[in-house]
Amino acid sequence: MAFKPFKTILFGFAFSPSLKANVFEVNRLAAYFNSSLIFVHVGEKTEKKENTFQKLNKECPLKAEKVKIHWVQGEPVRTLIKVCKEFRVDLLLLGALKREKIVTFYLGSIARKLTRKAPCSVLLMLNPSVERHPCKHIVVNGFDSPQTEDTVEASFYVGKALKSQKITLVEEISESRIAVSIDDDKSLKKATLKKEKINIEEKTRVSDLIKKIPVKQLESIKWATQSIFGRRGYSIGHYARVVRADLLVMNAQEESTFLNRFFPKDLEHILAELPTDVLIIQTESNE
Amino acid sequence: MSRKSEKNSFVKELPQNMFAGFVVSLIALPLGLGLAIASEAPPLAGIIAAVTGGIVVSIFGGSNVTIAGPGNGLVIVLLGAITILGSGDLYQGYLYTLAAIIFSGVLLFLFGILRMGAMSEFFPATALQGMLAAIGIGILAKQFHLMLGVRSINGGTIDQIFAIPNTFIGFLKAYPFAGVLGFLSLIFLFLYSSIRNPYFHLVPAPMWVVVASIGISYYYSLVLNQDPPINKDLLINIPSNITSNFPRPQFDKIFDIRFIGVVFSITLIAVIESLLSIKAVDKLDPKKRRSNINKDLRALGLASIISGFLGGLNVVTVIARSSVNANNGGTNRSSNFFHSAFLILFVLLLGKQIQMIPLPCLAAILVFTGYKLASPKNLYRIYKIGPEQALIFIVTLISTLLTNLITGIAVGITFTFLTHLFLSKKILIFTLNILKPNVLMYLEDQTGNYYVSVKNFCSFLNFYRLKKKLDQIPETEHAIVDFSLCDFVDHTVMEGLHDYQRSFERKRGTFEIIGLDIHASETDHPFSVRKNLPIDALVGLRNALTNRQKELEALGKQLNWIYSSEIDGNPRGLSKFLFFESKIINYDVNKLRNSKNSFRVFDLSYSEGAFITKADVRATFLLFKSPTSLPVFVLDREDIITSIYNWAGFSDINFKDSPDFSRRFHLSGNDDNAIRKLFSPELIYFFESHPVFHIESNGSHVLIKGKDRLSSIQEIKLILSFAEDLYALLINSGK
Repeated sequence: MAFKPFKTILFGFAFSPSLKANVFEVNRLAAYFNSSLIFVHVGEKTEKKENTFQKLNKECPLKAEKVKIHWVQGEPVRTLIKVCKEFRVDLLLLGALKREKIVTFYLGSIARKLTRKAPCSVLLMLNPSVERHPCKHIVVNGFDSPQTEDTVEASFYVGKALKSQKITLVEEISESRIAVSIDDDKSLKKATLKKEKINIEEKTRVSDLIKKIPVKQLESIKWATQSIFGRRGYSIGHYARVVRADLLVMNAQEESTFLNRFFPKDLEHILAELPTDVLIIQTESNE
Repeated sequence: MSRKSEKNSFVKELPQNMFAGFVVSLIALPLGLGLAIASEAPPLAGIIAAVTGGIVVSIFGGSNVTIAGPGNGLVIVLLGAITILGSGDLYQGYLYTLAAIIFSGVLLFLFGILRMGAMSEFFPATALQGMLAAIGIGILAKQFHLMLGVRSINGGTIDQIFAIPNTFIGFLKAYPFAGVLGFLSLIFLFLYSSIRNPYFHLVPAPMWVVVASIGISYYYSLVLNQDPPINKDLLINIPSNITSNFPRPQFDKIFDIRFIGVVFSITLIAVIESLLSIKAVDKLDPKKRRSNINKDLRALGLASIISGFLGGLNVVTVIARSSVNANNGGTNRSSNFFHSAFLILFVLLLGKQIQMIPLPCLAAILVFTGYKLASPKNLYRIYKIGPEQALIFIVTLISTLLTNLITGIAVGITFTFLTHLFLSKKILIFTLNILKPNVLMYLEDQTGNYYVSVKNFCSFLNFYRLKKKLDQIPETEHAIVDFSLCDFVDHTVMEGLHDYQRSFERKRGTFEIIGLDIHASETDHPFSVRKNLPIDALVGLRNALTNRQKELEALGKQLNWIYSSEIDGNPRGLSKFLFFESKIINYDVNKLRNSKNSFRVFDLSYSEGAFITKADVRATFLLFKSPTSLPVFVLDREDIITSIYNWAGFSDINFKDSPDFSRRFHLSGNDDNAIRKLFSPELIYFFESHPVFHIESNGSHVLIKGKDRLSSIQEIKLILSFAEDLYALLINSGK
């Protein structure tokens, strides 16, 4: 298995009003994962800044065992990626922004670039909070892709660490696979039958994925599958919102090219409108 | 259904479809002539369109009980085309217009190939209504003069409207006979639906008008031995050699910008009228099938091309004729074919009589059609949905009248969008999300329900996305549409969903809409757009009780039954009865039910037919749960109508031992043996000795219908005791 536990977590922080919530949340996560935590601030190091931060960090009720703080200067995206590589970071934490008036979350331009370029897995947090917000339900993608195996395993690992109760594997099935256009009762019947067949195939495939996961990871977490016929990458985000999932786990994009920024694929729909916290799993083979 | 049994039922139903086709041809004849005359085309152009439409669409079409022919909506476009392209010479303009019709047929055919059947969803419902009303006013304004015998009114619609008072004051002096004939025809058309005599209704109203006017002409020529006092100008003129002398379309102007405009207008209106009609007619299909609209568009396009070459108008699916078809037992496309066949027969055999039809009578039919399109009732209904809808309606109506159809509908669409912006006060949800997918649908694994969630906003702009998903759900299933993530839902969507609700109900599925109540409590925004359905406007509207209602209440107290005077827009369990198969249930009111809810008496409003043949009926029904399980049957008085039905292939079950019963009652059902077993001598004697009601069983419940109108308290008591006796008898027969 290419998936490895999150040993080192990195959080790039800025002095924003949500800093307290961020620091609390990040510490808590590191504690749950039993990993060491690296705080990075891209910008000038002043005494005032350092004092504020240290004070906040001390207030945390649940703290990571090893905490390091780095103050670096430079262009944020490149610098952070460099740091990630340097410390062999496993998980990069990023905060999302909230759109005014409309209740949707999106990524700032820096976070968006980081998500695309990060060499490690990335967790996008919507609502970091001072109090713990339990992670009850995880939705994970079940795409037919070689990366999915690791992603599913990662979701069980995260689920266990965060004491989640339920994991739903969602198979998004492109409607072009039905290959029957619905015009009248007859074609509708045909399409419905075809869907049923594909549905069963997909379910078998996903259940086979779960069989490969070590038994100790599986214990005490209920899991289910759900197939959705619809636009790949879009449906799962909408689904996560509908079932009020606390975390959505996705494969990392295979490659971010110039083209798929204009023709959003899998992840892009989700990044444009974050449905919930999103964890993007980068597998080693993909680095 | 296997192919073989399909074929069997097709053959078996052929006679009844022939009958339906015949009745349709009775209304198609006057309408075809009238629509052609109103477009300033030769009268036969309309008949040619109906004949080609009927033949081509019945062979290549994808719908089941629709009728194709010349459409009402197109009158104004074609009239404009003929006047503009001919620059004054009407016949020349007609030849150019034939070419435009052929091109629009090609476009229509391409729309079908490219599966653009969903196109009509991009038009906001209210703006469409406004445009149709403008067409109606256009027809009415022009034909009103002709109805009163005045031929020479020129100018646009507005001028013609202002000329109406003048014509009305002057017609008695100038053209007394023709004018009075036309005016009386109009009055008759308005009264027709309130005359509830079934024999009388066998012939559609327009045909009565035509037959009566021909009769008057005969009266003059045969009895009084003089020519009828109608100017030759005001009679239909059919060239003597119709078969050899087809007009040839002229293609000289195909690069003229006005020609291209005409082609697009014709296509636009043809698509809109056809799709709206197909959608409406599907609700009347007794077999509850779903039409293949793209296939139908292809067939309509092909029919228009052929019709254009033969000198006919273009072919669309027409609502009034289709509803007549469904009401008279049409079950498949063969009735469309037969309607064409009968039309050919009429023209060939009755050519002389057709030439005796006075134009004012046909004009009266068109005035009535125009009035139905532009009826003030429509505006009132729309106003009930929301004042902003009424504004959209009026803006579209006026801009269509002042400019042309394309500009009019464009203004309507823009104005609707601006209204939405104003109502939601959130430009962002529209601009950010218009191109994004917003609908999620999946089959819930645990429950087996189809769950549909809609995000952001849902209006006419992106309704097609939701529709595409909803069309994938078989109507026999349970569908849940959730709007809780959706900030804005417009009237077009709500009306569309209401249609889905109906078709699910018809096929015994369930269609639920959830998540709309959240908004009202969360925000103060006036989302009147999202929650109003026409029926909702009626529901909850309570006035002081009428005398009849008070008596019903008293009767309820006397029997210890529960009475409610509220209007229920969604009566349950009725669509299962055969009686409602080709009727639309509107609402029920004045419910009186016993405490166990096994007996229920109620007034029901339902509609038969559509558009100009539409009749709203309110009648009193009694519904009770049968103590034993029953075969499905329908029992009614045997009379001329049922005899005709008999002849047309509806079977009647007769009993050798009870000739009296067999003669007086028409009994039909799908399980002959079970019905014979149920109708014991005792039960037959019961029916013979009691007043005759229309009685139906759907297997578990029995429905008893009183008169074709609301029953009085006395009559209700009679139905009640009848039902109680029947109930007792059924218990015995179960033992």
